[in-house]
Amino acid sequence: MAVVPAVLRSEWTKIRSVRSTVWTLSLAVLITVALGVLISALTNNNFSRMPASEQITFDATYTSFAGMSLGQLLMIVFGVLVVSNEYSTGMIRASLAAVPQRGTFLFSKIAVATLLAFVVGEITAFIAFFAGQASLGSHSAHISDPGVLRAVFGGGLYLTLISVFAMGCAAMLRSPLLSLAILMPFFFLISNILHAVSATRHVANYLPDQAGQKVMMVVTTGDSRPYGPWIGLLIMALWVIAALVGGYAVLKERDA
Amino acid sequence: MIELHGLTKRFGEKLAVDSLTFSVRPGMVTGFLGPNGAGKSTTMRLMLGLDRPTAGDVRIDGKHYQDLDEPLRYIGALLEAQARHPGRSAYNHLLCLAQSNRIPRARVAEVLDLVGLQAVAKKRTKGFSLGMGQRLGIAAALLGDPTILMFDEPVNGLDPEGIHWIRNLMKRLAAEGRTVFVSSHLMSEMALTADHLVVIGKGKLLADTTMAEFIRQNSRSFVRVRTPQPEQLRDALHGAGITAVTAADGSYEISGVTAARLGDLAAQHRIVLHELSPQQASLEEAFMQLTAETVEYHAHETPPPEPVAAEPVAEPAGAWGENWQQRGRGRSGEGG
Repeated sequence: MAVVPAVLRSEWTKIRSVRSTVWTLSLAVLITVALGVLISALTNNNFSRMPASEQITFDATYTSFAGMSLGQLLMIVFGVLVVSNEYSTGMIRASLAAVPQRGTFLFSKIAVATLLAFVVGEITAFIAFFAGQASLGSHSAHISDPGVLRAVFGGGLYLTLISVFAMGCAAMLRSPLLSLAILMPFFFLISNILHAVSATRHVANYLPDQAGQKVMMVVTTGDSRPYGPWIGLLIMALWVIAALVGGYAVLKERDA
Repeated sequence: MIELHGLTKRFGEKLAVDSLTFSVRPGMVTGFLGPNGAGKSTTMRLMLGLDRPTAGDVRIDGKHYQDLDEPLRYIGALLEAQARHPGRSAYNHLLCLAQSNRIPRARVAEVLDLVGLQAVAKKRTKGFSLGMGQRLGIAAALLGDPTILMFDEPVNGLDPEGIHWIRNLMKRLAAEGRTVFVSSHLMSEMALTADHLVVIGKGKLLADTTMAEFIRQNSRSFVRVRTPQPEQLRDALHGAGITAVTAADGSYEISGVTAARLGDLAAQHRIVLHELSPQQASLEEAFMQLTAETVEYHAHETPPPEPVAAEPVAEPAGAWGENWQQRGRGRSGEGG
């Protein structure tokens, strides 16, 4: 049997030696933080003109995460490329010849990529929070306020999980273009539309991203999700596990 | 040692590999020959566990590929299609493969040196030429210092210098006692490197024999004689108990007799000769003769006839006869 630490080391070499890793992850940080700061600054300027109901339920933490909607797409691109690059380049043949235990290969790759996504996700969430709060002026929240640390740490977990979900999907679909063509519009548009329309909202509440976003909210007044932050993250984690199981099943059965 | 037992792979309706049984032995170069589409690459992918066999199995030193500990230390393979990320440097490509099998980092520099790529080690492989790509693939195959090496069409697209280098490398690896298994669709290439020959066509085994035996059985040698006095020559040959075959251009092809003996015979009978030349039918022709029927299926999609027996070169059959005439030396009917 292949030795797991050796395969992990090999996958780390793979991930650090291609440029797509650097640009997807650095763009994820940059976009999430920049957009969060922008929205936070605009909100700060317009705060006095907001309706009183909105002022009362204002969620400073969640506002600083406004960039996540775009930043998560970069995390998805990272997750898709990490896995599907193997197929699109033909590297998969060399990889499986070196590590024929396909489960060891796939989960070592995903473990390394997940760890990296987690580190980058947490860095993104914390920078986005502090930079966003700095732009919110007197309306800002403090990290020690109730629920805020959970929301920020949870924001990093959210970015990690969405990336791992993309890895599982890419393992099933293999093609980077197909994976991106399905995942990007789904998480950027479709899921949000389904959640915005009242007829589909109660179903959309259980989509991976809608469920996972609950953890980033500190003020939940008026939120339609019938579960708490950790249950929301658990629902998202179940989606991720399903995607990984599917990805493993495909890799195990199909010819490389 | 690689052993295949009834190895079969079906892609939908198409039987790509049809119950192949043969062994690849150490200490020699085994050539794996077949026309394009014969199933060579699929067989190699099955050997590496990349494709799942429909039936049968492959064992590497008695084990299934999946059960090998750190397989790069047992078997190194150069596959036909390129298997590398173009954005990764040659060094990192080899390093990640080495690390997965706990091969020391120093070995990466060693194999890069061995294949002559040390100067471009840090360059991304995107800009590599076909020849550089083949060299990198070979470096990856040699990484674990394996006892078994497998090369799929290694000389495809290489310049003469590269071809020469690969031929010598394969011979050297075999001389070191390793098992070398190399595929090609060119008989001439195999004749220069292989000690043993496995021929397949349409996924079926057509021949499994030593190169020497294949040459002995398949390279038809004869003497070509041309004369303005064909009647006299025929009589003279008949009188000496020699059978001649009339070629399309009117010359005679005579087997089993030396040119000297024929020259003497003609002189005795005062027959003028315009040509007296020993000839040897090429191995390429013998290979084409062997695989002609299997190639034929491709062209016409006729229902497959009886499976071709696993014995080298049978009598020429009608199916390839016309081809043979065009390709060959203009031999025609069995005149005599």
